[in-house]
Amino acid sequence: MTAYLKLDHIDKSFARGGTVSEVLKDVSLDIAKGEYVSVIGHSGCGKSTLLNIVAGLTEVSAGGVILEGRQVDSPGPDRAVVFQNHSLLPWLSVYDNVRLAVDKVFAGVKSRAERHAWTLHNLDLVQMGHAKDKRPSEVSGGMKQRVGIARALAMEPKVLLLDEPFGALDALTRAHLQDSVMQIHASLGNTVIMITHDVDEAVLLSDRIVMMTNGPAARIGEVLDVPLARPRRRLELVTDPAYLKCREAVLKFLYERHRFVEAA
Amino acid sequence: MSVTALKSPPTPPRPTAQIVPLALPRRPARPSRAAATARTVAAAVVPPAIVLVLLLGLWELLCAGPGATLPPPSTIWQESYDLIVNPFFENGSQDIGLGWRVLISLQRVAIGFGLAAIAGIVLGVLVGQSVWAMRGLDPIFQVLRTVPPLAWLPIALAAFRDSNPSAIFVIFITAIWPVIINTAVGVRNIPQDYRNVAKVLRLNPLEFFLKIMLPSAAPYIFTGLRIGIGLSWLAIVAAEMLTGGVGIGFFIWDAWNSSRLPDIIVALVYIGVVGFILDRLVAGLGAFITRGTTA
Repeated sequence: MTAYLKLDHIDKSFARGGTVSEVLKDVSLDIAKGEYVSVIGHSGCGKSTLLNIVAGLTEVSAGGVILEGRQVDSPGPDRAVVFQNHSLLPWLSVYDNVRLAVDKVFAGVKSRAERHAWTLHNLDLVQMGHAKDKRPSEVSGGMKQRVGIARALAMEPKVLLLDEPFGALDALTRAHLQDSVMQIHASLGNTVIMITHDVDEAVLLSDRIVMMTNGPAARIGEVLDVPLARPRRRLELVTDPAYLKCREAVLKFLYERHRFVEAA
Repeated sequence: MSVTALKSPPTPPRPTAQIVPLALPRRPARPSRAAATARTVAAAVVPPAIVLVLLLGLWELLCAGPGATLPPPSTIWQESYDLIVNPFFENGSQDIGLGWRVLISLQRVAIGFGLAAIAGIVLGVLVGQSVWAMRGLDPIFQVLRTVPPLAWLPIALAAFRDSNPSAIFVIFITAIWPVIINTAVGVRNIPQDYRNVAKVLRLNPLEFFLKIMLPSAAPYIFTGLRIGIGLSWLAIVAAEMLTGGVGIGFFIWDAWNSSRLPDIIVALVYIGVVGFILDRLVAGLGAFITRGTTA
C-alpha cells in the first residue's frame, strides 16, 4: 500500500559563506489519509524546516515529498499552513482574510454566493463568525489563531500543516483551541502534521508522534503510536494508563536519550 | 441593645447614597461633551494664537522705527490690503490675486508630484523586490538624490526649451527620491509570513502586488510621499523665481525687483500655509488608507 503523504529520504543542508550546515538527515515518513501526526523535538532540531519542506516553502537538498503519488516541490493550497504567529493580514477584516483564500482557491469552481457562504461556514467552524468584521488587531491571540485555522481549512487542503499553532497562547486558551482542533479533525477527517514542543499536546492530539533527535543533522529518532480511542477527553486521560505510558515514552526520549545540550 | 443600634442606622443611607450619584451624572453628560470638544479646540487654537499675537507685536515694535529695513505688520496690512483680503481678483493678465498664483503653482506641483509618485513607487518596488535592481540602481539613486533641485534646472531648460515643463521636471526630480527610497524599504520589510501566505495561496505577481505588497508597504510609501510633497513645494517656489511665468515664486521675484517688500511677506505667508495644508492632506490620506495596517 502506498502512503497518502510520503516523505522520502529528505536531506536538508544550508550553505552560508562556504560552511555547510546539515539540518535534516535522511528523514523518511509515511502518513496515511486522515492521520494526525505530531513532530516533536527540542528547539533547533529542524522540525519547522521539515514542515516548511512539506509546505514547499523550503527546498530539499535531497529526497522528496510525495502527496497522492505526485511529487510536490512548490507551495500550494493543497498543503495549507497554520503559521505559529497566525500571519493574518492586518489590513483585512477577519472575514476578508479567509475570503482572500477562498476566492483564490475556488475562483472558477464556486459562485460568488457560494464563496461567501463557504467563508462564513469556516469561520463558524472555529467559532469566529461573531467577529467576522473585526480586524486582526481587534481580537485576542487565540482568536487570531482560530482565524488562521479557518483560513487553512477553507482551502480544503489535502494535508493541514500546523507549525506550533498554540505555542504563543496561554495555557487555558491553548487547551480550548486543542479541543476545537480535535473536534474539527473528528468531523472533517483531515490529514494533519503538527509541529509542537509540548508533550501533553502531542499525546492528546496525535495518532502518531514523530520524535526528532537533536541537530545538527537531525533524524527521526522514534515513532510512537498513540493507542488512545477517540474522542479523547483531556480530564479522563489524566489517569489513563495508556496516556501516561505514551507521555512517559516521549519524555524519556526527550530528556534521557536526547537531552538538549546548549550550543552542542 | 448595642447590636440593634449598630444595625439600624447604616441601612437608611445606603439607598440614598446609591441613587444620588446615578441621577447626577446623567443630566450634565450631553452638555459636557460639547464643552469637552470646545475645550480641546481651545487648547489647540489659543496657544498658537497668543504666540502669534506676541510675535506680531514684537515685530511691530522692532520695525516701527524710522531706520527699520523691513516693514512692520501695520504697513503690510495697509500696502498689501488687496492681496490679503481678496486672493482671487483679476485686474489683467499680470495683476492677479495670490490665490490664482498659488493655484498655478499647485497645478505644476500636481503634475510633477503625480508623475514622481507613480514612477517612484514603480522604481521603489523594483529596487525593493529585486536584489540585482537594488545593486544596480541604489548607488546611482543615492548619488542623484543629493543633487539640489535647482541644479537640474539648466539641464531641464536645455532639454525642454520651455520654462513650464522645466519647472515640472524640477518638481519631479525633487520629489521622486524619497518616494523611491521609502517604497523600497517598505517592500523589503514585508514580513516573510505575508510572503509565505501569498506562496501557499499561489497569488500571481499582480495579486501579490495589489493585495500584499501595496497594503503592507503603504505606511512607508506615504512617508515618502509626505516628504516628497514638502520638497516639491520648496522646489517650485525656487524654480519659478528663475523661470518666470505666473506662479507664486515668480510673484516674489517680481515684487523684489519692484521693491514691494510687503507683498513678498504676504506671499511668504501664503506659501507657508499652502505647504502646511499639502503636508496635512498627504498625511491625512495616508492615515486614512493605512488604517489598521499596524497590528
